[in-house]
Amino acid sequence: MSGADNLLKTKALCAYYGDFQALFDIEFEIDNGETVAVIGANGAGKSTFLRALAGSLETAPDMIRYDGQSIGHLPAHRVLRQGIALVPEGRRLFQSLSVEENLQIGGDFGRRGPWTLKRVFELFPVLAERRAQPATSLSGGQQQMCAIGRALMSNPRLLLCDEISLGLAPVIIRELYERLETISAEGTTLVIVEQDINRALAAADRFYCLQKGRVSLAGPAQGVERQSITAAYFGI
Amino acid sequence: MNGTAARALQFSVERSTPVSRICAVIAALGLTALVSLPYWGETGTMRLIAEMAYFLALAQLWNLLAGYAGLVSVGQQVYVGTGGYFLFALCDWYGVHPLLAILIAGVAAAVISLPMALVVFRLRGAYFAVGTWVVAEIAQLFFAQLPQLGGGSGYSLTPEIVRAVAPERAAREMLMYWMALAIAVAVIAFVYILLRSRHGLALTAIRDSEVASESLGVDTYRTKLLIYVVTAFCTGLLGAFIFLQKLRISPEAAFSINDWTVVVIFMVVIGGIGTMEGPIIGLLIYFAMRELLADYGSWYLILLGIVAVAVMLGAREGVWGLIGKRFDLHPFPVRRRLIQRPGGDEKPG
Amino acid sequence: MNWLTDVDWAGVLIQGTLIGGLYALFAIGLSLAFGIMRLVNIAHGDFIVLCAYVAMIVVNASGMHPLVSIAVVVPLMFVLGYVLQRGLLNFTLGPSILPPLLVTFGLSVIIQNVLLEVFGADTRRLNAGAMETASITLPGDVTVGVFPLLIFVVALVSLGALQYLLYRTRLGRAFRATSDDADTAELMGIDNRHLYSLAMGIALAFTALAAVLFSVRTSFDPASGPINLIFAFEAVIIGGLGSLWGTLVGGIILGVSQSLGSSVVGPLVSLLIGNPVSAQWQILTGHIAFMIILIVKPDGLFPRIRD
Repeated sequence: MSGADNLLKTKALCAYYGDFQALFDIEFEIDNGETVAVIGANGAGKSTFLRALAGSLETAPDMIRYDGQSIGHLPAHRVLRQGIALVPEGRRLFQSLSVEENLQIGGDFGRRGPWTLKRVFELFPVLAERRAQPATSLSGGQQQMCAIGRALMSNPRLLLCDEISLGLAPVIIRELYERLETISAEGTTLVIVEQDINRALAAADRFYCLQKGRVSLAGPAQGVERQSITAAYFGI
Repeated sequence: MNGTAARALQFSVERSTPVSRICAVIAALGLTALVSLPYWGETGTMRLIAEMAYFLALAQLWNLLAGYAGLVSVGQQVYVGTGGYFLFALCDWYGVHPLLAILIAGVAAAVISLPMALVVFRLRGAYFAVGTWVVAEIAQLFFAQLPQLGGGSGYSLTPEIVRAVAPERAAREMLMYWMALAIAVAVIAFVYILLRSRHGLALTAIRDSEVASESLGVDTYRTKLLIYVVTAFCTGLLGAFIFLQKLRISPEAAFSINDWTVVVIFMVVIGGIGTMEGPIIGLLIYFAMRELLADYGSWYLILLGIVAVAVMLGAREGVWGLIGKRFDLHPFPVRRRLIQRPGGDEKPG
Repeated sequence: MNWLTDVDWAGVLIQGTLIGGLYALFAIGLSLAFGIMRLVNIAHGDFIVLCAYVAMIVVNASGMHPLVSIAVVVPLMFVLGYVLQRGLLNFTLGPSILPPLLVTFGLSVIIQNVLLEVFGADTRRLNAGAMETASITLPGDVTVGVFPLLIFVVALVSLGALQYLLYRTRLGRAFRATSDDADTAELMGIDNRHLYSLAMGIALAFTALAAVLFSVRTSFDPASGPINLIFAFEAVIIGGLGSLWGTLVGGIILGVSQSLGSSVVGPLVSLLIGNPVSAQWQILTGHIAFMIILIVKPDGLFPRIRD
C-alpha cells in the first residue's frame, strides 16, 4: 500500500498531554485519494491522533512524514499551510463571526485551490442562505456543514474529520456523508474519526482501530469480521 | 473487599513534617533573640527589624489574598491609609488611647471593606486589580478634602497622644518594637491557622481551579469575601500601627501604592506566591537589595521590577519554589499530605 | 444658589465631551489587548507617558512640530509593541491571570523609574504653538478650543479605523477569531503568537497617537502613568468591555463628570462645608461616576452581547 502514492505516514507516533501519554507508537499511513476511518471507543485516542496530525500536539519531526517531508514538529498553523485541515470535534465555530466569515477565515491563511466561497455554498446551499447570520444561530447539522466548509476553504490535500455525526439526526448524518463522498471524488484524501463503526466502515477504503492509544487492528474496510472488530474495539 | 487494590494500601493524612518541626524550633529561638533585642541591640537595628516585621505581615496578607484567594488587589494601600487616618482621628478627636485606637482602626477598615468588596467584586481577574486601585485613589483624594485631618498636606500626632503610648522615648521605642513583632507573629499565625482550617482547604481548591471547586460545593464568593474582609482588618490594624510609629500622616504617604503595595507584591512574587515561606524569603531579598542599593536612588526599584518579571517568566513559584521543591521542605505545613504505608495494621472498614 | 445659573453648562458639557475623546483614545490600546488576548496591561498608562517622552525627544532633536512627530513616534511604538509582545508578554499568556498581571505591573514600575532616572521628576509639556490657544465659535455663541476639537476628531477617526480593521479586513477577522477560540484559530492557519504581537503593536501605535496629543494638552512627568491607566480603564468599564463605540461613550461620561467636578461639584462642596475649592474634585467626581455606574450597571452601558 505504501509507495509513490503515499501522502502521509506516521512512524512510532507518540503524543502526550503533559505527563500523560495518550498515543503509543502509532504506525499509520494513507495514500492520495484514499478515505481511511479511525474507529475506537471513547478515550481510545482518536481525537488525540487527529490533533497530533494537525500539529496541535507536539511530536518529534520524523514521527509524521507528509508528502515526503517531516512535519511532526510543525505548529498547527504551518501544518494547515502544508495542506492538512482538521474539522475539530464539537465543530468549534467562531461565535462572534458570521457564517460567511467563518468560511472565509478557513481560506484566509490556507492554500489556493478549487475550493472557494462559491463552491462551498454550492456544496452546502443552506449556508449561502444564512451567510450573514452569526454561526451560533445555525442548527447542529448546519454548524457541522459550516465547520466542514471552513476546513475545505483552505484547500486541503488531507481533510481530517473528527466525529462529524456527533449529536445529529440520522437523516442529517446521511447528508453529511454524501457530501464527504463528493469531497473525496474531487481528489481530497480523508481521515474520518467516527464512533459509529458501520457508518465509518461504509464510507472508508481502509480502517484503523485504536484502543488505549495503540493501533489494535487495521485493514480494508470491506469484508472485515465483526468479531475481530469487537475484540479490537473493546480489547476483549 | 480484601481483593481490591485500594484496600491493600493504608493511607494516613500527615501535616507536620520533620522539617517543619525543626523550623518551628529555630523560629522559636530566633523569636526569643528578637524579643530580647532591645536589651542588647541598637535603636537603628530595632527600627529596621520593626519595619521588616510589618512588611512581612503585609506580604503575608497580600499573599493570602492574591496567592490563595485569587484576589489580585493592587489597592491594599486603601486599608493601610484608612487604618492610619482612623487612628489619628480617634486619638485626636475623641481622646481614645492609641493602642485601643489601633484595634478600632482595624475594625473600621473591615467595616469599610465590606461595601468596597461588593463593588470591586463585580470586576473579574485583572480588572479587579485596577478596580481596587481606583478605590485607593478615591480614598486618597477623599482624605485630602478633609481639613480636619490636615487636608492634602497632612498632620502630626500631638505630643500628648505620643506620650500616652509611653511617657519616655526609650520605653516608647521598645514598646513599638515589641508591638511590631507581636503583630507580625499574630498575622503569620493567623494566616497559618486559616490555611490549615477548612477555609484553607477551600482556598487551595479555589486557587487551583475556581470552576472545579465551585462544582464541588465550595462557595467561592463567600470564601473570597471572608478573606477580603479579614485581610482588610489586619491591614487596617497594621496601617494604624505604622502611622502611630511614623507620628505623621498625609494622603500621599498613607495611600502610597509604591510603599504599601508595589514592594509588597515584589516581595511575594520574588519569594514565591502561594506559599507561606515565599513572602519570608522575598522580604529578606527585598531588604538586602534595598540596603545594598541604597545609594542608587530608584535603581533598586528598577532592579526589583526586573527580578520580579524574570521570576514570573522563568520560575513562577519564586525563589522558595526553587528551593522548597528541590529539597521537599515544608516549614509551614499548610498542606495535607497523603502518606501511603504498607497495609495490614488497620482493619479495613 | 445663584451661582449655579452662572455656570456655563454648555461649555462644561462640551469641554467634558472633548476630553472624553482623549480618554477613548487612551482606552483603545487597553481594550484591544484585553479583547484579543485577555491581557490587561497594567503598564498601559506608563506606555502613554513613555510615548510622550519619546515624542519630546523627537521634537527636541529635530525641531519638528509635535503633531508631525506622530509620523515618527507611532511607527516606532508599533515596533516596540510587536517586540514586547513577541519577546516577553506572549510567554505570560495562559490559564492563570497572575503572570500577565504581575509582569505588566513590573513593567509599569520599571518604566516609571527609568523615566525618573533619565528625565528627572520635572513636569514637561510639548509646545504646539498657536493652535494650542486657537478657538472657534460655534452657532449659539459657544466657543470651542481648536486643539481639544482636533483630539476629539482624531478619536472618532481612530475608532472608525479600528472598526474598519476589525470588521472589514482579513486581519480583523483573524483577531476576532483568535479572541473567540485561540486553539481553533491556530488550526485555521492563524499564527497566534504573531497575531498577538501585531495586536500589541497596533495597541501601542494608538497609544502613541493619544500620547502625543495628550502631551500637548497636559503636562506630564514620570509618575503620570497610573492615573492615565485609570482613566482609560474607567472609560473601558463604563462603556462595557469589548464595545468599541461604548468606549467613546465611556470616555465622554468620564470627561463630562470630571468637567462637572471642577465647575459644579467642587464649588458646591466648598459652599456647603466652607472649604476652599479643591482642584481634585475634577478627578474625584470622575471616579465617583465610575463607581456609580459599576454599581448600577456592572457590565457597562454597552455590554458585548456575545462573550
